[in-house]
Amino acid sequence: MSRQSWVAWLYVTPLMLVLVPFFLIPILVVLVASVLETDGFGGLIPTFTLANYVGVLTSAQTFHLYAATLKFTALTWFFTLVIGFLVAYFLVFHVKNQLLAISLFLICTVPFWTSNIIRMISWIPLLGKEGLVNSALLGTGIIREPLEVLLYSSVAVVIAYVHQLTIFMVVPIFNSMARIDKRVVEAALDSGASRLDVMRLIIIPMSKSGIALGSIFVVSIVMGDFFVVKVMSGGGSASVVSAFYENVGVLQYPIAAASAVLLTVILIVVISLILRAVDIRREITQ
Amino acid sequence: MTAVLERLDVPMVKSRRHAAAPRSDRRPWTFYALATVFTLYVAALYGPMICIYILSFQDVRGGLVFPMKGHSLHWFVDLFTQVRTGDVKGSFDRSIKLAVLVTVITLVVSFMAGLAFRRRFFGDMFVFYLMIGSLVAPGLVLGIGIGLLFQWLGINASWYTSALGAQLSWTLPFGVLVMFAVMSRFDSAWQEAARDLGASRWQTIRLVVIPILAPGLVAVALFGFTLSYDEFARSLQTAGSLNTLPLEIWSMTLNVTSPSLYALGTVTTIVSFVAIGVSIGAIVLINRRRGTGPASH
Repeated sequence: MSRQSWVAWLYVTPLMLVLVPFFLIPILVVLVASVLETDGFGGLIPTFTLANYVGVLTSAQTFHLYAATLKFTALTWFFTLVIGFLVAYFLVFHVKNQLLAISLFLICTVPFWTSNIIRMISWIPLLGKEGLVNSALLGTGIIREPLEVLLYSSVAVVIAYVHQLTIFMVVPIFNSMARIDKRVVEAALDSGASRLDVMRLIIIPMSKSGIALGSIFVVSIVMGDFFVVKVMSGGGSASVVSAFYENVGVLQYPIAAASAVLLTVILIVVISLILRAVDIRREITQ
Repeated sequence: MTAVLERLDVPMVKSRRHAAAPRSDRRPWTFYALATVFTLYVAALYGPMICIYILSFQDVRGGLVFPMKGHSLHWFVDLFTQVRTGDVKGSFDRSIKLAVLVTVITLVVSFMAGLAFRRRFFGDMFVFYLMIGSLVAPGLVLGIGIGLLFQWLGINASWYTSALGAQLSWTLPFGVLVMFAVMSRFDSAWQEAARDLGASRWQTIRLVVIPILAPGLVAVALFGFTLSYDEFARSLQTAGSLNTLPLEIWSMTLNVTSPSLYALGTVTTIVSFVAIGVSIGAIVLINRRRGTGPASH
């Protein structure tokens, strides 16, 4: 190792002192716990077993949970991508005044720094049976009976996710779009490209890294979430992680650990598929 | 620029020379369509939050939905005096202390890691992927891992040990990524100049690097504070017997159905807004002082 590497390692030592005991080792602990037996009281018996995995992989419940989680992930990903892309595109290419664009961008990012839980709860006065949306729809005569599917349902779960996570699409897409040289677009238009061509051949390919980064955030957060599903579905739906939370509640650590390992493997596969499309590190450090 | 076009491999529309009509400065219809999308997005972003702030100012008859029933500060008083809503005051106190602690550590550690990552070094990708892994790992899974680890080691989980570490595993990757963005605009020639003029390594960092990077460091601090203050999933299994504020809110969502829940939402959002306001104010102030000072760049 060169001297430069030694100095660099000196600088990343504090970071490693957090990541190793609070990320790497805990993940290994979960991995180990997933192949141990439980004594039924929250303790673990050090005997190797694959029964936890067999249990998780053969249960029909696992299949349903993954189906539900993947459904939420796909819907959330789609809506956050469409909205995030349009918002970022508007800010970068339609707002000509730079200062205004940055101010509007900041307005979009401020809620990111506030509590997710509170933002989720804030849908209750709107979506509830006597909420604003129902009152408005009843008032205008579009519906006769209040819609009950709005709150404590899959609809509410997706709304809450999209509300919380669109920002994770807006920021990286905005960043990669802001780096597109406007002269490239001008040149394309001058040589006769339609605005659709510009979108298809310049803007979308050049925003790819932002889209990938945003997708990683959205997918990993939705797949790892249990809080939104638990509260917003009113107990009606479950996700992989919420089932796992129930297991922990009754001290079934090995089963929970096995299902956590399975989830992590699936997450890693999804993320590496996204990463194959773009070199994220180059994009971030550039 | 041709290089850019070549790299993109754009089939540069040779076949379509016909459309070279002069472009007018009039805004295309997409501007209005997208402006509408943007407005609706911002309305949906803030609308619900504003609703609960308004609803938290109801009087004692207040419920969870509109219409407003009177106005008073009843639910705010209720929040901090009632025992049945739990230990709001204590958890608020702990959350603030924890957030300050996390902010300081995040700032120092991210800054150092940012310095290291300016050049490639042996094993840099390992550290990088470890960080990304820590960022995307499901919070609850990590929380349980940390909880089990502490159990095996025979250490009691508490908010200032296990929860502190759990939160750092979440705030540090954000902090370091922000530092990457900040560092990418830092010209190391300034640092070399300082070294050439005889500054020691520490003087260079204190008198050159830190002042130049100050606005970025404020942004890192903002991430550290707010992400810790609102962190939930990783703290759930690691905070031990005493709750932090988000954990308190979580237990309230399960058993409190009065506007005191909204009042708590209003209070915690005010704290977040103060943090955001102070940070943005600090960045503006730093930039303004630079604009007028002799060292402007």
